[in-house]
Amino acid sequence: MALLSCQELCLGYDGKEILHNLNFEVNAGDYLCIVGENGSGKSTLMRTILGLQPALSGAIRFGDGLKQSEIGYLPQQTVVQKDFPASVWEIVLSGCQSRNPLKPFYSKEEKELAAKNMERMGIQDFARRCYRELSGGQQQRVLLARALCATRKCLLLDEPVSGLDPKVTEQMYDLIAQLHKDGITTIMISHDISAALQYADHILHIGNNIFFGTKQEYFASGNGFLPGKGGEGNG
Amino acid sequence: MAELISQLQLYLGYPFVRYALIVGVLIALCSSLLGVTLVLKRFSFIGDGLSHVAFGAMAIAGVVGLTNKMIIVLPVTIVCAVLLLRTGQNTKIKGDASVAMLSVSSLAFGYLLMNLFASSSNLAGDVCSTLFGSTSILTLSKTEVWLCTVLSVVVVVFYTLFYHQIFNVTFDETFARAVGTRVDAYNLLIAVITAVIIVLAMNLVGSLLISALIIFPALSAMRIFKSFFSVTICSAVISVGCAFLGILIAILAGTPVGSTIVAVDAAAFGICSFMGLFTGGSK
Repeated sequence: MALLSCQELCLGYDGKEILHNLNFEVNAGDYLCIVGENGSGKSTLMRTILGLQPALSGAIRFGDGLKQSEIGYLPQQTVVQKDFPASVWEIVLSGCQSRNPLKPFYSKEEKELAAKNMERMGIQDFARRCYRELSGGQQQRVLLARALCATRKCLLLDEPVSGLDPKVTEQMYDLIAQLHKDGITTIMISHDISAALQYADHILHIGNNIFFGTKQEYFASGNGFLPGKGGEGNG
Repeated sequence: MAELISQLQLYLGYPFVRYALIVGVLIALCSSLLGVTLVLKRFSFIGDGLSHVAFGAMAIAGVVGLTNKMIIVLPVTIVCAVLLLRTGQNTKIKGDASVAMLSVSSLAFGYLLMNLFASSSNLAGDVCSTLFGSTSILTLSKTEVWLCTVLSVVVVVFYTLFYHQIFNVTFDETFARAVGTRVDAYNLLIAVITAVIIVLAMNLVGSLLISALIIFPALSAMRIFKSFFSVTICSAVISVGCAFLGILIAILAGTPVGSTIVAVDAAAFGICSFMGLFTGGSK
């Protein structure tokens, strides 16, 4: 059973259809990169996977005991967060809420999990620092640690390197690759096709032509999606 | 100084002064707790907007001739609060614009109604006392004090129990939704509580100055502190302190209660900003 499978999925909002008849599945241990131009429906797909908006038709199924609320989600940063007075520790810990959304306090076990994930991201020294004082790359690592607290198996990353400089971008990609190596299924949304081809093992290209398959199949298909056309991102 | 203290003792001997202090401090506590969330969610002006809505509703209640105006004022304000806070990101009219629109139009309609169907001869006085707070803080009944106390306890308990959820909803609504937190339910609760507090606070500082109670303590705390928890605590402490001091000064100096509290809040903000320069809080 696949971790996540989408069958004949049609997506859109306000009755307008953006994506028609999407079929793909993610197995445990995959690194899937979803690519496509702006407006092709990447964010809509992501929001539907997370259950933030309903699909127009079709089905998303979760397997292997993965619950929708247990996907570790790394969202893009919002304006509100730019000057938010919160310590790194508070933010990372808030990821544990997926375990029990109604509980008023965090257990000792959850605090240990948060501490462990901060160590994993190399941000344990910033625990008491204020989020807004950190650099872009550090902030992104804080949010990634929070996403790790929310999941045991699967990460969903929304443009994890947007706004980062090339050096930090590479560090971020390496960090994600390391997490994937540790056994976490990774789904990344990106408009940076060259990075996608370097790190991912499966590609889902959405837009006018939909492609889903392994990286090798993508190379073999050679149907105009290759770098150069869509690789104008940060890479 | 000794004279001041004896004068204070004299005033504190009156129950109505003690009631005013209790109610003032409690309302300040509640509004500061909510203020942190509202300011960070970019809803600083909701206090202003909703209080003008309450003003408009009060005018309607006056025209209809209701003795208990709360029957209209409270539901109308709650409905508006829910509508305003629900709008979120994907609406045709953005949050700040809809607050501004609602606020000025209800102010205008309220005044228009009062003028057209004036029931008392002292219209200017009526309007002025609704806008800038009346002496009603000094004429509170025992029931009102109890109502206020119960409500404050409810707010504080709600805030303590759901503190982590409120943090998550404030910091990152999308993430909170994705991990299964009932974001809409919390937003609804926050909206309802905001409306109730604003209607209660109208007695204290009047509808024009309510915003100050909501935003000043939160902003002052954010100058100095860097974590959500310390900002929340500090905001509550500042707000309670300022309300207490403000009411005492008003009583001793005979100044209007509402504007005195706000003036003290503004002064506290100044002091905190100054301290923030050294502790390195937000610039």
